Amino acid sequence: MKSSDSSNRKRLNRARWFGYAILALFALISLGPIWIAVKTALSDSKTLFSDASSFLPQDPTLFNLQRVLGFADPADPRMAQMSYGKIDFFRALTNSVVFTLLAVIPQIAFSAMAAFAFARLQFVGRRLIFFLFLCATMIPAIVLFIPNFILIKDLGWLNTYQGMAAPYALMTPFAVFFLRQMFLSTPRELEECARIDGASYVSIFFRIVLPFHRSALATLTIITSLSAWNEFFWPFLVGRSESVRVMAVAINAFRQQQAGGTPDWSGLMACTVLGIIPIFILLLLFGRKVVESFQYAGPK
Amino acid sequence: MSDRKLSPVLPTPRQVTREPTRRSFFRTLFYKDSVCAWIFVAPALIGFTVFYLVPCIRAIHISLTDWNLLRPPRFVGLQNYARLWADGQFWNAMRVTLLYVLYNIPIQTVIGLLLAALLDRVGRSVALRAIILAPYLIANVIAAILWFWMLDPLLGFINALLQSMGFARIPFFSDQQLALPTIAAVNIWRHMGFVALLFYTGMQAIPRSLYEAARIEGAGPWSSFWNITLPLLRPTLVFVLVTSIIGSFQIFDTIAVTTLGGPVNSTRSIVWYIYESSFEYYKMGYASAMSCVLFVCLTVVTIVQMRILRSGQSELS
Repeated sequence: MKSSDSSNRKRLNRARWFGYAILALFALISLGPIWIAVKTALSDSKTLFSDASSFLPQDPTLFNLQRVLGFADPADPRMAQMSYGKIDFFRALTNSVVFTLLAVIPQIAFSAMAAFAFARLQFVGRRLIFFLFLCATMIPAIVLFIPNFILIKDLGWLNTYQGMAAPYALMTPFAVFFLRQMFLSTPRELEECARIDGASYVSIFFRIVLPFHRSALATLTIITSLSAWNEFFWPFLVGRSESVRVMAVAINAFRQQQAGGTPDWSGLMACTVLGIIPIFILLLLFGRKVVESFQYAGPK
Repeated sequence: MSDRKLSPVLPTPRQVTREPTRRSFFRTLFYKDSVCAWIFVAPALIGFTVFYLVPCIRAIHISLTDWNLLRPPRFVGLQNYARLWADGQFWNAMRVTLLYVLYNIPIQTVIGLLLAALLDRVGRSVALRAIILAPYLIANVIAAILWFWMLDPLLGFINALLQSMGFARIPFFSDQQLALPTIAAVNIWRHMGFVALLFYTGMQAIPRSLYEAARIEGAGPWSSFWNITLPLLRPTLVFVLVTSIIGSFQIFDTIAVTTLGGPVNSTRSIVWYIYESSFEYYKMGYASAMSCVLFVCLTVVTIVQMRILRSGQSELS
């Protein structure tokens, strides 16, 4: 009896270690490619071939990062060594920040207002409008992109920040839906007390609902900011000029630039690493919140 | 109209509108709270109308025209749809897309389930979840370029590794047979952690007592996964499958960065083909017709899935 128990435990232990091994393998698969990008970004272009299978950069250098950001000294002898691609990645990162702010802040404000109305206020057509909002989540993006592109073009907003941000700025069905779900859970007593004290809906919204759902608003901010930061298709359609193009569009353009010859890999990987850094900072600072945001915003 | 009919009974039409028992539509629309509600909804409603509702109707309208953006649109009825039916490239794009979904979804779902079960049973640390989620947080474009570099035939890490182990180098993205599975693999890499996280959340809702009971009955981890975890996970499974299949059908970014539809159309997915038709050849009508067909297909796929998987019901509760 006793011996079978201990062998059972041994087997369980072995299964546990096997589980850890698989998890470790997947962690490696997840982070490995990102590490290779970092390694390449820190390597001298000349060593790419000889160093292809190594895990660490030989003579690590920040030169590639400086050069894609436009901080490298043009007189630097290394600038003349290779025919590097042209990119002003500093500009692209700034554009990404502007685009993200313009798309996210008004989107959350207006979606929160609408969500409050859907959750708590009475008006004709409330169900119908909400149902239509829900249906909108089903429409494939490309169906809307063609007419929206034409609209932005007719407005003369091609290659402008407002043209890139407009479709996201007033609402996204996801934001409205998510916040309505949350606002429905506001304790009735809180709101009713305020009503009895003569508070208007506007002050209930600002003084009770928004503060009460701080955490949900933070979750939504994380999700929408990341998706705006990573957005490619729409900015690619309406914001291609160098003055407004965002990080993802710039990286794509940079890669297509050398479509014929050998791409400027160390430069590309420098851009890639710079595009990933903000996400890793976010993970390091608010890791738990980010993970939980994606975990719980899903199937609701 | 109605006023005139009522006028013999009631002295003046003005009194009809003042009738106290019936509230006019106008007044219901704007009674006290309502005004406030409309102000709250207005910005979102405008955004929805301008960027969702009207474009959706306009897409159907454009699909009935021949339009290259330079000349005014010419109404052609259903001609675009007839052309599409006869277009070999369209059917190729549909085939490529379907194939992509078949490469992508099963593997992604199985890996997601495996990872979630492991997270649920052996390691629940946030750090581990964050690491596994990381690929999902980086942009599609960056994931694509990262793997384009890793798999580069000449300088890529994987190929260098393959060679050092004595294998031949593999031109992943430029081989007609391999390009599409490679793109699917890149997206599996990006999505597996997110899918795992959603499954993990679903698994957390399953009462531990069920596993305890199963263990006392002598069920191993494998059988408790099949008989407890999987059936009780169905609502999550349905959600993940429906959303990931819809997303998978719309594969674009990875193709735009790496293969541009090649080699020899082997990665020309439907959205890439629509993009080419509209934004490179300016066949707005034809592209809109294809996008409407895609919309219909996706709606059908979603309804069929919901039916098959009986999404609403859960064995819990």
